[in-house]
Amino acid sequence: MARPPSRRPGYDRKAQYGLFASYVVAVSGALAGLLLVIVATFDPTGFAVIRATVAEITRPASITMRQLVSGFGTIDEQIVAYFRAGSQNAALRRQVDTNRTRLIEAAAIEQENIRLKKLLQLVEAEDGEVVAARLISSTGGSTRRIARLAAGRAQGAYPGMPVRAPEGLIGRILTAGPNTADVLLLTDSQNIIPVRRARDNIAGIATGQDDGSLEVRSLNAGNNPFRPGDIMVTSGTGGLYRPNIPVAIIVRSDGDKAIAVPLANPARVEAVIVQRPYEATVTPVGSPSPTESPPSASPTPASPAPASPASPSPAP
Amino acid sequence: MIPEGPRLGGDPSAFRLKGTPIVTIMIGSMLPILPIIAQTPILPPLGLLLLLSWRLLRPELLPAWIALPLGLFDDILSGQPLGSAMCLWTLTMIGIDMAERRLIWRDYWQDWLIAAIAVIFCLTGGLWFARLTGGGGSLPLVAPQIIWSILLYPFVARQCAWLDRWRIMA
Repeated sequence: MARPPSRRPGYDRKAQYGLFASYVVAVSGALAGLLLVIVATFDPTGFAVIRATVAEITRPASITMRQLVSGFGTIDEQIVAYFRAGSQNAALRRQVDTNRTRLIEAAAIEQENIRLKKLLQLVEAEDGEVVAARLISSTGGSTRRIARLAAGRAQGAYPGMPVRAPEGLIGRILTAGPNTADVLLLTDSQNIIPVRRARDNIAGIATGQDDGSLEVRSLNAGNNPFRPGDIMVTSGTGGLYRPNIPVAIIVRSDGDKAIAVPLANPARVEAVIVQRPYEATVTPVGSPSPTESPPSASPTPASPAPASPASPSPAP
Repeated sequence: MIPEGPRLGGDPSAFRLKGTPIVTIMIGSMLPILPIIAQTPILPPLGLLLLLSWRLLRPELLPAWIALPLGLFDDILSGQPLGSAMCLWTLTMIGIDMAERRLIWRDYWQDWLIAAIAVIFCLTGGLWFARLTGGGGSLPLVAPQIIWSILLYPFVARQCAWLDRWRIMA
């Protein structure tokens, strides 16, 4: 096949100038794009207004489609569940029986825990749920792991708030628009979570790997105490994430780090819960509160007030 | 399905003639609003594939600078840092223009090769820009996306050709 008609303008002087001008625009535009990326390296959440506006426009479409395909992602599980249904049923019955006694024990321990904390005058903020919403879309073509939540500032979801599902932690809110918010998922490499092993208190740091897994490193350099099957939960260190939210399960040990898979799969969860950022409050034993702070101020270490509901604007 | 033949004396509207490629590329860029919560970059850059298809099918239709607004639109929806596709897509268009001056004979395989190089350039460039702005990931992360985007190109080009027939028929 011969070459298709080219955009070579021939002897037409006007067309030549037009072509030249279009290249000037293109090259300067490409440089402007580069400049925008450089601006974004210093301010990654800049231009959030533009994104939020477009997110508002695409929100109804995403929500509608999400409702149409809800349950579609678990279709393989539902088919597999038909096989071995009988034996599985018996095994699950036995498991339920053992779990029931464990639950009763756990409830008793929880009661005891509350009593002991009262004795120590340790006060914890309540659960701090802000809103429950659905994840409606994500950056499926990009290497960033950001999902879009169908709730925003109007519903009380602000940047920096942690997001969890019943199964475990999902991530934290990166930017928020009026009715949508962008959630930085656990598996993004920008998301760093202080964790601890659930059965003992060995602390570690979980970092996303962008490919659906996390790497967990021990705080003690040089050794890797984590073994496959270990469950990691948030430790609450440094605030933001509440303690004891399930995060991930270790699948493989890889030198001085361990590879883990998140317990909550954002593609499978039905709804997620936006929580208030966690602030650890410690009450010194026996000392009365030195000054009466106004109720609108952020909680001082001595005040037994829960995390102030009036100021949900933490630093991300 | 073959589109209906031309009606005698009919002329397609100017918007249909000029706007069809732009509208289809923008619809392609809107792929990330699908309700898929992806754990890895799985969706092919459909906007880019459509841009390449239109550009290689109809060289006279899209000027090089058209990639600027289309890239901006793609950036807003894709979650990449703003300016990433603007820069990469425009450079790709300029690169295709330069390549076209060198090539005398063209066939389907060359178009596919050009599109493959463009896809590799844009996706690795996008990864690099995402890393600049705080993201992470390495080349193996985008390799599957690159491979099936290249494999998807002939299909997209075919759909573009089909749309092109509809475009110029009244």
